[in-house]
Order: sequence, then structure tokens, then C-alpha cells
Amino acid sequence: MTTDGRVLPGLLDTEAIRKDFPALDRLVHDGRKLVYLDNAATSQKPRQVLDTLNSYYERSNANVHRGVHVLAEEATALYEGARDKVAAFINAPSRDEVIFTKNASESLNLVANMLGWADEPYRVDRETEIVITEMEHHSNIVPWQLLSQRTGATLKWFGLTDDGRLDLSDIEQVITEKTKIVSFVLVSNILGTVNPVEAIVRRAQDVGALVLIDASQAAPHMALDVQALGADFVAFTGHKMLGPTGIGVLWGRQELLEDLPPFLGGGEMIETVSMHSSTYAPAPHKFEAGTPPIAQAIGLGAAVDYLTAIGMDKIAAHEHALTEYALERLHEVPDLRIIGPTTAQDRAAAISFVLGDIHPHDVGQVLDEQGIAVRVGHHCARPVCLRYGIPATTRASFYLYSTPAEVDALAEGLEQVRNFFG
Amino acid sequence: MYQDVILDHYKHPHGRGLRDGQAEVHHVNPTCGDEITLRVRLDGSVIGDVSYESQGCSISQASASVLNDLLVGKDVAEAQKIQETFLELMQSRGRIEPDEAMEEVLEDAVAFAGVSKYPARVKCALLSWMAWKDATAKALSGTTPEETA
Repeated sequence: MTTDGRVLPGLLDTEAIRKDFPALDRLVHDGRKLVYLDNAATSQKPRQVLDTLNSYYERSNANVHRGVHVLAEEATALYEGARDKVAAFINAPSRDEVIFTKNASESLNLVANMLGWADEPYRVDRETEIVITEMEHHSNIVPWQLLSQRTGATLKWFGLTDDGRLDLSDIEQVITEKTKIVSFVLVSNILGTVNPVEAIVRRAQDVGALVLIDASQAAPHMALDVQALGADFVAFTGHKMLGPTGIGVLWGRQELLEDLPPFLGGGEMIETVSMHSSTYAPAPHKFEAGTPPIAQAIGLGAAVDYLTAIGMDKIAAHEHALTEYALERLHEVPDLRIIGPTTAQDRAAAISFVLGDIHPHDVGQVLDEQGIAVRVGHHCARPVCLRYGIPATTRASFYLYSTPAEVDALAEGLEQVRNFFG
Repeated sequence: MYQDVILDHYKHPHGRGLRDGQAEVHHVNPTCGDEITLRVRLDGSVIGDVSYESQGCSISQASASVLNDLLVGKDVAEAQKIQETFLELMQSRGRIEPDEAMEEVLEDAVAFAGVSKYPARVKCALLSWMAWKDATAKALSGTTPEETA
């Protein structure tokens, strides 16, 4: 219920859900209730994921894809079972298109490196162009800067409008016949913007460019259908979607994964090895050199089960209602300026703002003293801060267990910040 | 953490603005984007002036103001001793309770003792002090080719 007695539409039963998350019960700073609004950085983990991790280590711990003993077979079945779960979660046509990495950054770097070493028609070189956007996380900027520096390819990007959206007005000049790859974020981690995938994918396909979508802030919060997106690669990470750290995903279309060269070499990714040369295992193993993050993949599988049981559409509806309410409450705070879309339309539940000339570090610190956890800084998206002429922002981000009462706590906390520094 | 002394210096900073000096440095804190441009003017062996332009949080701004109060007019050797004492306090992770001797040396700067318990904020408090140390070393060695006047 909101402060004025309304019941928001589409909210989940957070009372029941919160019982699954031990960390949400924590008290901080002399007995204050934790208000965890840093979900875009990482989510808390439900008991079901923690129990799965424990059970794996206590009962089935072994290396995968080798060994013929009971534990090795159990570990392999659990690890590959997690791949099946992730494939179903993103509606992948084939389980073999799901590559486990250590995080989204590794997934993005993997694609950049595949293309750097690829033969025609995928090869990125001095005659070609790479396209990204100004609202990317550093992990979807730096790998392309590195690739551009190494190959001589030209790096181009879409700018941003004043209201925090991609400026696609010059799409035909940005994505051209020379473009080999277009890599962009589905949901911005700093602005909360949900980007128009279809328009970008259509233009990229028209010129024969590959498309990579960074879905790190989308996969935890909305139904993700890689076939409907129409991209060639989709990257995301496990720890923002109730899973453990150390596990990420790269989905790629099968024929591309067959054609493109491996990046990391090692055990697990080979077919035969002699001292002169090697042949490679088929995807996904071709891209999973060495012992993979086994427990973490299995934990991600448990997280996917948890999210699926609740329903991604219901989670999206819950967050949409909370976002609308949070924007409404934040608009009431004097001197507060939202950085990003100011309505909940095509917008996710990560809300950045600046509060007068009070530095975000001070905002975050005074909120923390009240038990409210937010993120402050440039959110690994410094070009966005430069674009809007601010050194940093404060960001509150919500998830399936967040409540209207927590939105109220934030709004009241910000009043305290204003009183303190006013 | 936010002692009244700190808030006072934040709201009414002392010695702000860039003035003449023999050395200028620019330091940033990449984790939060705090920045300072700082100049040191030496009058013989005395710190004649420490002038600065900066942007950042209350802790970094107040710390630069306190630095100006404390170090201007001091002999370089004494100023360096104050800087070392402040560094020791800030790196104490809250374990040092300033005693009278330390208060004698650090004056208002003892108010930052509480900040040392917050690892994420220690760099904010130290930004101007590290810039001052750097600029003073430059001024002493005369490596800056021309005066910034």
C-alpha cells in the first residue's frame, strides 16, 4: 500500500517472496531494517539458490565431462541441466547455443575477440566499422575500443537525447554497409531506458551486420526471447538474476558459433590434440576452455527455476508498478532531477537522479545511515555522466521483492539528506 | 562521520580559488570522479599559500578547506609532519582515537577520524592532501619549468 492508501496494480506477494531471501531480514546500523535498492548492481539470493549450491558441494562435487564415477556423472548432469534451464528461459532454439562464461563482460569480450580473429565474412579490419551507443556500460565500450585499436576498424556510436533515449535519427549514417557488428544494451544500467531493439536490428540486418545485445539488466526483469529479439548474440550475467557471482551467459546463433574461431584454448574445448595442431569440440564446449564455474552454473539454474515459477511477466508488471510509484514519489522531492526517462514508459526499475548540488556520495552515505542501500558514482557508464554534465548520480534499483514501503523509505530518506546538507 | 566541523568547512570552504604558486597538480579519484587542481606557493621554507579548485563530495571539499587552514604559514618540514599524521589517522580504519597530542597537531582535522572507518570514503578525505604532497615535492625540486603566476 502507498502512503495515500492506494494498492498498486500488479504487485507480487512480496511478503511471501521476502521470506525466501535471508539477507533482506538483516538489520544494519544499530538495528535499522535494511532497504536494499541496489539490485542493478547485484540481486540478493533466495534460499533455494543457496541450498542448491550447498547441496552440490556437499553431495555431488566433481569435475564435469570426464571421469566415469557417480559424482562426476551427477556433476555433469547438473551442469548440463543448468544449460537446459537457461536455454528454455531465453527460448533458445538449441541448448548448444548457450555458452557459460564468468560474467557478461566475458561474454561481450568473447564476441569481440571471435570477430577479431574471424575470417571473412565476419572479420573486423581497417575497412570496417563497429557500432555501439553512448549509454553502454564500460564492458560494452572498452572491448570494442580494444578491437578497434588492434584491427584499425572505426568505432561509431549512437548519441542520446535529452530525455535519456537513444538518438536514432541518423541511423542510416551510423549503421552502414561497412558495419560488421552492432552491439547495444537492451536496458541501460544507469538510465533505466528500454531500447527499441526492432529498429536497430532491422537496419543492421539490412546492411548484413551482426547484432550483439547486452541483456544484463533485462534478463533479470522481463521475459527474454532471443528468437523474438532477432539478434545474433545475447549476453547477460547470473548474479543480477538471483544467481551466484562468477557465472555469465553468451547465447549465439548456432551457425555463427560453428563458423567463428575459439578465443581461449585449453581442456574441454578440444576434439583431438597433437603437438602440431588441434581440432575443436563443437559449440558450446568450443568456447568453454578449462574447468567451468560448475557450482555457479548449477546455482544459476536454480535461480532460473525460481524466476520461472513466479513468472517473468508478473515480475515485469510488479516492477513497472513500483517504477511508476517511485517516479511519482521522487518527483515530489524538491531539487531532484531524474537522469533518464521521467515516465515509466519503456523504462525499467533502475532510477538515477541528482539531488540539488549535494554530491551523490553524500546522498548515499546519509541514506546508508538510515539503512537504505543505493549505488552512487558513474555506474561504469561515465560517458552518460559526461553527456548530461554531471559527475555522478545516485541510483535506486528495484526487484521482485521490493515494496512500495521501500519506495517511501527512499523518498523520506532523501528529505533527511536535504535537511542535513540544506 | 559528518561532524559539524566537516559540514561547516564544506558549506564555507577556506582558501578556495586558484592563486599564484610554483607548482600545480591535478588529482582525481577515479572511483567517484572527485577532482582537485591545487597550487603551492613556497616563501622560502614556509608554505606561503595553498590554493585550489575542486569538485566532489562534502568530505573531499571539507578536507581541502581544513588543509588550507592548517598548512598555510607553516614551515615545510612541520607541514609534512602534519600531513603524515593526517595520513596515519585516515589509514587507521577507525582504530586510532585521537589523543591530545594528535589534536594539537591536527586541530580541526581530527574531525575526520570517523571517516577512517569507511574505506570507500578515505580516498575522498585524502585527495587534497595527496595533491598537496605532490605539489610541494614539485615546488621543492623546482621541476615545474615556469611559475604559474
